[in-house]
Amino acid sequence: MSDTALHSPPGPIRSHDWGSASARKRVKRRYMHDRILQWVGLGSIGTGVVLLLILLSSLVSTGLPAFQTTKVALDLFIDPSLVSREDPGKGNFRKITRDAFAKYFPDVTSRSDKRQLYKIMSSGAPFNVRKHILKNPELIGQNISYAVPLSDPYDQLHKGVIPRQIEALSRGQQQLGEQLKQRRLLSLEDGKTAANLTIFINPELVNAEDPAGGDFAPMLAEAIRAIFPRASPTITRDILAPDAADTVKQTVVEAPALIGKTLQLKVPVSQNFDNLFRTGEAMIDNPRFGDPKVFAWYDSLAERNLLQSNFSIELFTNADSRFPEQAGLLGAIAGSFFSLVVCFLLSFVAGIAAAIYLEEFAPKNKFTDLIEVNINNLAAVPSVVFGLLGLAVFLGTFGMPRSSPLVGGMVLSLMTLPTIIIATRAALQAVPPSIREAALGVGASRHQVITHHVLPLAMPGILTGTIIGLAQALGETAPLLLIGMNAFIPSIESIGILEPATALPTQIFSWADSPERGFVSRTSAAILILLGFLFIMNATAIYLRQKFERRW
Amino acid sequence: MVGYLFLAIAIISLAGFYAGRSKAQTSVGKLSELHSLPNFHGGFIAAWIGIPSIIVVLLWLLFQGTVIDNLLLSSLPADKVEGMDQAQLSLVLSEVRSVAAGNIFGDPEPHIIAAAERYNSWYSISRWSMVAVALAMCLIALLFTRSKISGRFRARHRVERIMDGIMVVCSVIAILTTFGIVVSLLVEALRFFDLVSPLEFFFGLNWEPQIAIRADQVTGGGAFGAIPVFIGTLQIAFLAMSVATPLGLFSAIYLTEYSGPRFRKAIKPVLEILAGIPTVVYGFFAVLVVAPSMREFGATIGLDIAPNSALAAGAVMGIMLIPFVSSLSDDAISSVPDAMRHGSYGLGATKGETIIKVLLPAALPGIMGGILLATSRAIGETMIVVMAAGIIATLTMNPLEPVTTVTVQIVTLLIGDTEFDNPKTLAAFALGLVLFVVTLMLNILAQRVVRKYRERYE
Repeated sequence: MSDTALHSPPGPIRSHDWGSASARKRVKRRYMHDRILQWVGLGSIGTGVVLLLILLSSLVSTGLPAFQTTKVALDLFIDPSLVSREDPGKGNFRKITRDAFAKYFPDVTSRSDKRQLYKIMSSGAPFNVRKHILKNPELIGQNISYAVPLSDPYDQLHKGVIPRQIEALSRGQQQLGEQLKQRRLLSLEDGKTAANLTIFINPELVNAEDPAGGDFAPMLAEAIRAIFPRASPTITRDILAPDAADTVKQTVVEAPALIGKTLQLKVPVSQNFDNLFRTGEAMIDNPRFGDPKVFAWYDSLAERNLLQSNFSIELFTNADSRFPEQAGLLGAIAGSFFSLVVCFLLSFVAGIAAAIYLEEFAPKNKFTDLIEVNINNLAAVPSVVFGLLGLAVFLGTFGMPRSSPLVGGMVLSLMTLPTIIIATRAALQAVPPSIREAALGVGASRHQVITHHVLPLAMPGILTGTIIGLAQALGETAPLLLIGMNAFIPSIESIGILEPATALPTQIFSWADSPERGFVSRTSAAILILLGFLFIMNATAIYLRQKFERRW
Repeated sequence: MVGYLFLAIAIISLAGFYAGRSKAQTSVGKLSELHSLPNFHGGFIAAWIGIPSIIVVLLWLLFQGTVIDNLLLSSLPADKVEGMDQAQLSLVLSEVRSVAAGNIFGDPEPHIIAAAERYNSWYSISRWSMVAVALAMCLIALLFTRSKISGRFRARHRVERIMDGIMVVCSVIAILTTFGIVVSLLVEALRFFDLVSPLEFFFGLNWEPQIAIRADQVTGGGAFGAIPVFIGTLQIAFLAMSVATPLGLFSAIYLTEYSGPRFRKAIKPVLEILAGIPTVVYGFFAVLVVAPSMREFGATIGLDIAPNSALAAGAVMGIMLIPFVSSLSDDAISSVPDAMRHGSYGLGATKGETIIKVLLPAALPGIMGGILLATSRAIGETMIVVMAAGIIATLTMNPLEPVTTVTVQIVTLLIGDTEFDNPKTLAAFALGLVLFVVTLMLNILAQRVVRKYRERYE
C-alpha cells in the first residue's frame, strides 16, 4: 500500500452482477483454462510413461530371441587319427565337425555346394567340439551326439527374426509403380507387363547408317524421367527390363525413319515390377542367404527334427566373439565386476572419511569451503571429462595398464566419490545430536562418538547412497571408452584386474556397432541384463532404506 | 607378488596390533592406569606399520616403470639409438619389453636381447628391493613404536591424529581431482594450441581432424576449425531441451498441484526409472527405434531425414532429460510457501491461474536453474550422440541432417591410436577443455540464478 493509493479520491463503486451471462461465461472460460492446464500436465506425464514403455518393450521384443540359441544335433565320430590322445588340443576338429554335418546331406557333393552347406553351421562349431573334447578326453575314438549352434542368419531365420523372402522393391519404387498404374501407362503383352513410353529417338545417339549400333538406354532413361521428373535415377533405373533397350533397337532397326522422331512404344518392365503389377507384391529370396538351395537344406534339417532351440546359457558363459551366435557376456560381466570392486574399495573408504571430516571435524574456513564447492561441481562434470583425466593422468603420466579394470575402477571411483560424500553427509546429519551429546557425556572422545555411535546409525543411509553411486558407475560408458576398456576379449582365461578387459556398457556399445543382424538382439539382451543388474542394485538400496530407516 | 606383499604388510600390522595391545595391558598393574584403551595402543603400532610401507610400495610401483625405462634407454648402445625420435624410442622399448616377456617374434637384434635380459634382471632387482624396503620399514616401525608403549603413552591422541590426517587426505581427493582435470586438460590443450592456432580452433569453419599418422595413409588434410562442432552441439542441446522442458515442466506442475498423493507416489518412481537408465541404452534406443521410425515418417510426408539426424539424437536426449527437469521444477514449485497458494485461492483464482500467475513466477529462478543444469547435461552427454549423431562436421542448421558434437569428436578422436604428440589426439583435449569450462560456467550460472533471484518468503 503506497501513500498515493491511500490518498487517491475514492472512485465510484461499481456493483458487479456475478450471475450475469457474461460473468458466468467468463468463469466458465477460466475453469476451462484450468482444465486445459491439467490435461496438458497429465499428457506430459503420459508421454513420459509411454516413451518409457516403448523403450522397454522394444528392448524386450528385440532382446528376447537372443536368450534362445538354435542348435543342430550332430553325430560326431571323434576319429583318433584326427585327434590324438596325447595332444587333443591340436586335433582337426574342423574336419570332424564338417564330416558329421555332411553326413546329413549325402547328395551334396560339389565343392561350392559344400561350402554353402557348411555355412549353415556356426563358424565356431569346431571350437565348441574342441572344448567339449578337451573337457572329456575319454570320448576320443567314440561316436558322440553333440549339438552345435547354427550360424547367425539361420539362427535368426529359425527364430523368425529375419524372413526367408523380402520385398524386392523399396517403398519409393512401389510408389512409382502405383503411379504408373494410375496413369494407365501399363498393358499386358503375352502375359508380361509392358510400359507404354513416349520415346524420342535422339539422332545424336543413333546413326541412320548403323541403327543397331545406337545407344538406346539413355533414351529410355529420358522417357522415364519425362514421367517422373522429380524421382532420382537410383530409384527409377530398375523399372524397365534389362532388355528394354533391345525392344527399342529392334523397332528402330526395322524402321530407321523413326530416328529424330518421337514414338509410342510398349517396353517390357523388369521382373520385380512385373511381379508387383501382376500379383500385387514383388518378393525375392533374402540375399543374406546367398544361394536359394540353402533353404531346402535348412528345411530338411528342420523336417528331420535335428534343430533344437534351447535357453542360451552361452550368453552368460562365453566370452566375446566375432560370430553373434557364439558371443557371450562373461568377459563383460567380469570386467564390470572387477571395476566396480575397485571403485567400491576406493570410493567407499575415501567417501566416508571425507564426509565425516567435512561434516563433523572440519573448521569453517576458506579451505573447507573450497572442498565443498569442488565436490558439488565434480558431481556435475560431464563423465567424458573424467575419461580424459584417466587417459592423461592414469595412463599417460603414471603409465598404468591400458584397458584394465583397475584404471576403469579408479576413474569410476572419482565419479562416484561426490555421490557417496553427499549421501554420507546427509546420513550423518540425520543422526540426532542427542546421541552425540549422550556419548560425549559418558566420556567418549569425538572420534569415539563418530566411530562407535554415529557411523553405525548412519550406515544404512551411507550404504544406500553407495549402492546408488555404484549403480550409476555400472552404467557409465564414455570414460571407460576413453581409457580403452572396450577391448575384444575372446577368451575368458585372460580376465584379471590388470589385464585388458571390457565392461557391460562398453560391450553394449561395441555390439551395437557390429553390422551382423544377430548382434542387434544380442545388444538388446545385454541391455536387459544390465538393466536387470541395475534393478537389483536399486531395489537393494530401497530395501535397505526402508528396512533400516529410523526417525528420531 | 605385489598381492603377497600387501598381505604380508597386513599380517605384520595385525601382529603389531596385538603386540601393542598386550604390551599395554602388561605394562601396568591395573588396566585403569593406562592413559588410553589397549586397542588404541595396538592401533597406533598397526597404523605406523601399515600406512608408511603401503605408501612406499605404491610410489615404488608408480615410478619403477619410468625409472627402468630411462635406465634401459641410456644403456642401449649409442650407435643403435642415435637420431631416433620419441616415437621410435618407445617402439624400441616396447620391443625390449615383449622380448623380455618371452614373446619373441622373428629374430631380434642381439642388443635388444641383451637389453631384454637387463630389463628382466633390473625388474627383479627392483621388485626384491621393494619387498626388502617395505618389510624393513614394517619391522623398524614395529620395534620403534613398540618401545614407546607404556602406561602413560597417549596412544588415543596419536591414533586420532592419524585418523584426522587420513580424513583430510580423503577430502582433498576432491580438490586433487578438479586440479588433475584442469591441469591435464590445460597442458594438453596448450600443446595443441602450439600446433594449431587458437584463432583457427575457435573461429574456423572447417573440421577435418583425421590426419595421417603414417605417411602412406590417405586422409583429409587436417583442419581444426571447431565452429561446426560447437554449432552441432548447441543444436542438439537445443532440440533436447525443447523436448525436455515442456514435458518436464508440465509433468512437475501436474504432480505438485493437481495429482493426488497416491498418483504422485506411483508416477514418481516411473520417472526415476527413466533417469536411471544408462545413456548407452538411450543411444541404442535412438538407433534401433527412433531414427528409423523418424526416417520412415519423413519418407511418407516426403522429407529426407538422415539416419543419424540431429533430430533423433536430440529427441532421445530430451527423453533422458525429462525426469531431470521435472524433479528440479518439482522442487522449485513445491518450495513456494503454501501461504501464496492460499492467498491466491482466497482472491478467487482458479488453480490454473494460481499456477501460471503466482507459483511459476515465484518458482522461476529454481526452474531456470534446473533448465540451465539440464542444458549443461545435454551439452556434456556423450553416449547418445556417439551412437545416434554424425561423425562428420557439417555446418548446418537443418535438424534433419547429421551434425556432430564436442563429445562425439572427443570419443572418436581418442578411440583407436592415441599418440600424445599428434594434433588429432590433442584436439580432443582442447575440446574437452572447452566442454569442461562451458559446463562449469552453466553450473555456476545455475547456482547463482537460484541464489540471487530466489524470492524469500519469510
